[in-house]
Amino acid sequence: MQHLLSTEQMGRSEAESLLDDADGFLEVLDRPIPKVPALRGRTVATLFFEPSTRTRMSFERAAKALSADTLSFSPSGSSVSKGESLKDTVLTVQAMGADLAVVRHKAVGAPWRVAEWAQMRVVNGGDGAHQHPTQALLDALTIRRSLGGLDGLRIGIIGDIRYSRVARSNCFLFPTLGADVTLIAPPTLLPVDTEGWPVRHSSDLDAEIGSLDVVYLLRVQTERGGASVFPSLSEYVRRYGLTQRRFGMLKDEAVVLHPGPMNRGVEVSDVVADDPRCLVLDQVANGVAVRMAVLFRLLGGTSG
Amino acid sequence: MDSVLIVGGSVLSSTGVVSADVLIVGDRIERIGEGIKDETARVIDASGSWVGPGFVDVHTHLREPGQEWKEDIATGSAAGAAGGYTALVAMPNTDPAIDSGHLARFITGRGEEAGLVQVIPAGTLTMGRRGEQLAHLDDLWAAGVHMFSDDGDTVADAGLLRRAMEYIAQLGGVVSEHAIDPGLARGGHMHEGTVSSRLGMTGIPAIAEVSIVARDLALVELTGVTYHLQHVSTRGAVELLAAAKDRGLPVTAEVTPHHLAFDHQAAAATDASYKMMPPLRESDDVVAVREALKSGTIDMVATDHGPHASHEKDVPFEHAPFGVTGLEWAAAVVNSVDGLGLDQETFFDRMSLSPAALLGLADQGAPLTEGAVANVVVFDPGATWTPTETLSKSRNAPYFGKEYTGRVTATLYRGALTYEMESGR
Repeated sequence: MQHLLSTEQMGRSEAESLLDDADGFLEVLDRPIPKVPALRGRTVATLFFEPSTRTRMSFERAAKALSADTLSFSPSGSSVSKGESLKDTVLTVQAMGADLAVVRHKAVGAPWRVAEWAQMRVVNGGDGAHQHPTQALLDALTIRRSLGGLDGLRIGIIGDIRYSRVARSNCFLFPTLGADVTLIAPPTLLPVDTEGWPVRHSSDLDAEIGSLDVVYLLRVQTERGGASVFPSLSEYVRRYGLTQRRFGMLKDEAVVLHPGPMNRGVEVSDVVADDPRCLVLDQVANGVAVRMAVLFRLLGGTSG
Repeated sequence: MDSVLIVGGSVLSSTGVVSADVLIVGDRIERIGEGIKDETARVIDASGSWVGPGFVDVHTHLREPGQEWKEDIATGSAAGAAGGYTALVAMPNTDPAIDSGHLARFITGRGEEAGLVQVIPAGTLTMGRRGEQLAHLDDLWAAGVHMFSDDGDTVADAGLLRRAMEYIAQLGGVVSEHAIDPGLARGGHMHEGTVSSRLGMTGIPAIAEVSIVARDLALVELTGVTYHLQHVSTRGAVELLAAAKDRGLPVTAEVTPHHLAFDHQAAAATDASYKMMPPLRESDDVVAVREALKSGTIDMVATDHGPHASHEKDVPFEHAPFGVTGLEWAAAVVNSVDGLGLDQETFFDRMSLSPAALLGLADQGAPLTEGAVANVVVFDPGATWTPTETLSKSRNAPYFGKEYTGRVTATLYRGALTYEMESGR
């Protein structure tokens, strides 16, 4: 593996071996001194051209737990605000000695361009509404650790799917790992054309919810790019919110995931968000281990 | 006087396609016939080649004035000559936009200075291309403008477009429409379909084109203006066009080489060399535009030659401007399209005769005849080659590194050789 850009072409054995490594790194993170020297002398740059605190912190935590050095870049107050092109920025960071770049960008395909321009390894930290592969891996790890595996599970992904890189990443990884995925959203938030996707879709949450093993909620906003995409938040909650009533319709062992940050009272009710079956904080913890596994896979064993 | 002898070609002449030599003396065709001898003439070997009137492109962006880092009238003319063209319409979405007579005269003059092709200015429909009030249509007409367009944008206000049509109908001009509904296309960067959905990119649906064509054809019926539909990309628009022609409306249409050659899958890798407006559509749309060009429902090929500098295109797809270059490869691409198989007469009709007729050009787009001004192209329909270079200032074309069949070997504009393929290139 040279880069991690997408879950679309990721095979089952490759995904499972990353999850196995992540299990091992979770043990490392549980030690009194949660650090190993695996990537000592290597430099990981986090190039986040779009505001993000959580994902950046998670990658930096992962890099440091592997003893890598980190370089951090954010566009405000940088050369980008002076009009520097993406290509020049990337080549500049590479010239400073970065071995791997984690790239987040609002433009679809930006991490692929970076991989073409630079010799660095590249991890897609989220491109537009396209892909966010480490999120999908940490979600899969969370489900696997909670329910034992994804084979045969029914997973409903609910909410702003059309504009979600998290949904697009999970849509391909979860079925690769054996799950049966249903996308549930109002028509204006479903992708326009899902031909060739290994998923079903529905606009009726109440009809689906009783059969789900995993409820995967996405953050919703009433406006996307200035266009209104559904009538109002209250109408959304009525039809698609994980209210206490709907939580009660779930199977007893079913779990709830959310990539964060949550809109309490919108896609998830306050009480449900704090229920032990809502695994949001496990996802965050597992994210560090998954990112350690990815960084180690891409940089481990390469010569300094 | 300089003379050029084109030997042994298949010549599209006023008496049909004939095997003949063509002798050009000064700016005129002196003789068409077999076994012409002229010791002083520069000889061009046209064996196996088609000889006919130079190509005419009703849709190019030469970027002058205002964006000369992308292209200018001289470099665009050179690219045109290399592609076999002897006349180019320069679209008016420059900076400033060509909304007044003196600006149109500037374009014509710069074309004459370059002297490689006839450069014909198109004028805007509205002032500044802002879609608010009519441009100086009379002044533009007096300056030689025949085709009017707010190209790059649709005239969204149907009432304003109606008045422009009524006015231009009375002048005898052509309204050329870039037909894409701005609301349906808003935020879009590629065709709305499987590829855009998988990429999570906002799409430009086919109905953004179809709905505007339907509206415009109703306005054509009302006003009687001669209407030219730019860069048809959808089956829906082809069907509307065919129905309008059946009803006898004064309607013509163009298709670009890239819409004949590629479908939206080509954009899946988010390479901005495949980003243009309208976007590459579904394979079924590609079939529809190919069939329509062959049948004549689509009258002509136009390149929509849209140069952009490397630093503008070598960026993420959504940040790149719309447009690809095409002048140098249009004939090759059209000749190479699977299953199109245009014969010499049809090929020249779509590349030269139809566009010249739409523009009402003298001296262009007519079968070769003795005594006429020598605007001539030699095209070898069997030559295979792989484009690697360009005379344009910009390289944003999707054709580099791909093999094509058919190559322009020489172009003459007013009797002067404006392009000759160097052997081995």
